[in-house]
Amino acid sequence: MQEPAVTMQVRHIADAVAVVDIKGEVTASCEPVLMSAYEEAGGPGTRRLVLNFTGLEYMNSGGIGMLVTLLVRANRQRQQLAAYGLSEHYREIFELTRLDEAITIYDGEASALAVAGA
Amino acid sequence: MTEAAGPERATSAEQIELSVREAESAVTPRGSVPKDHGRWAAKVDRLDVQQRAGVRGTNVAGRRLTGPVQGFGKMWQKTYRLDLPGGITPQQAIATWKAHFPEFWPAGNRFAGALTGISPGDVALLDLAIGGGVKLSTGVFVLYADDESFTLMTPQGHMFAGWITFSAERPAAETAVQAQVLMRANDPLYELAMTFGGHRKEDVFWAQTLTALGTYLGAAGAPVSTRTVCVDSKRQWRHAGNVWHNSMIRSVLQTVAAPVTALRRRAQRTS
Repeated sequence: MQEPAVTMQVRHIADAVAVVDIKGEVTASCEPVLMSAYEEAGGPGTRRLVLNFTGLEYMNSGGIGMLVTLLVRANRQRQQLAAYGLSEHYREIFELTRLDEAITIYDGEASALAVAGA
Repeated sequence: MTEAAGPERATSAEQIELSVREAESAVTPRGSVPKDHGRWAAKVDRLDVQQRAGVRGTNVAGRRLTGPVQGFGKMWQKTYRLDLPGGITPQQAIATWKAHFPEFWPAGNRFAGALTGISPGDVALLDLAIGGGVKLSTGVFVLYADDESFTLMTPQGHMFAGWITFSAERPAAETAVQAQVLMRANDPLYELAMTFGGHRKEDVFWAQTLTALGTYLGAAGAPVSTRTVCVDSKRQWRHAGNVWHNSMIRSVLQTVAAPVTALRRRAQRTS
């Protein structure tokens, strides 16, 4: 498997809300990076995880599959997943794969956090 | 998805009429063109297919795509993998797989895809042997394709909701090819069927497919490894209503009603 060409930085916005800033390429090979970010962001008190895709450069079907796996883990912890910063191209891919029915998409960080009351 | 009966393949002439084929028209974003431009299918709400000879072609038109989010049963990730001789690159392996995809399927099952191979946005029509002489008619949508992988996504009524990614990589001296399924059974009936033999049949199906591909590429007899992970043991009861679209039930009914349907069509033509 290739080395992941992605970085994921976690920002804790409030006690129950964390943002993951994703920069680079989202493929199946970045699963360890994403799960590590999830471990850091998704503590027991976290109720809402917001994925920031502003720095997304590339995503293949393996990347979408990995997001589904993340979604399952988050749901198991009763955490909500949200996303923002998706270009029109990637927003349509979320819609095509119907991932948008489980991960709410927002236009920007402010609106994504406003829903969380953060 | 299996049952030996005899090799079948819709001939190329039968595979022409394609549907939602906007393959090269992946969405152009505002600003720069993304690196994966043209690799993803353009967005579709419902599948639009034209009848193709060689398959029944029912239970696909008008259906929506279903991913693991929309499925009912437990969520599984199954990976089938085979090592090829070192001289074959991942790109060569995937090009071969795309070009000859139906030929590697176990006998008795039909895949009526595009004349040009596998391209994003294509819809392939399937007739799958499910026993008792009945064929399950459904389809798949080519969600993504590049030089080293391609992904098929399922429509409503298919046995499972999810996608299958076929890929090749060279982690060491040898190229490995794999099929990875990420799925939930689409409805409670399929979940029962998968639990009582369906998973085993699927394992055999993809192992045979990889073996056929390996044989074609000079790796006859190479073992296929299978790795199964239950990603989510919960069933999504809110999607139990997916059974309405169940293609297995509909295929059985269509088989039973076929003589009457044929008579009615003949009467309409002559009147």
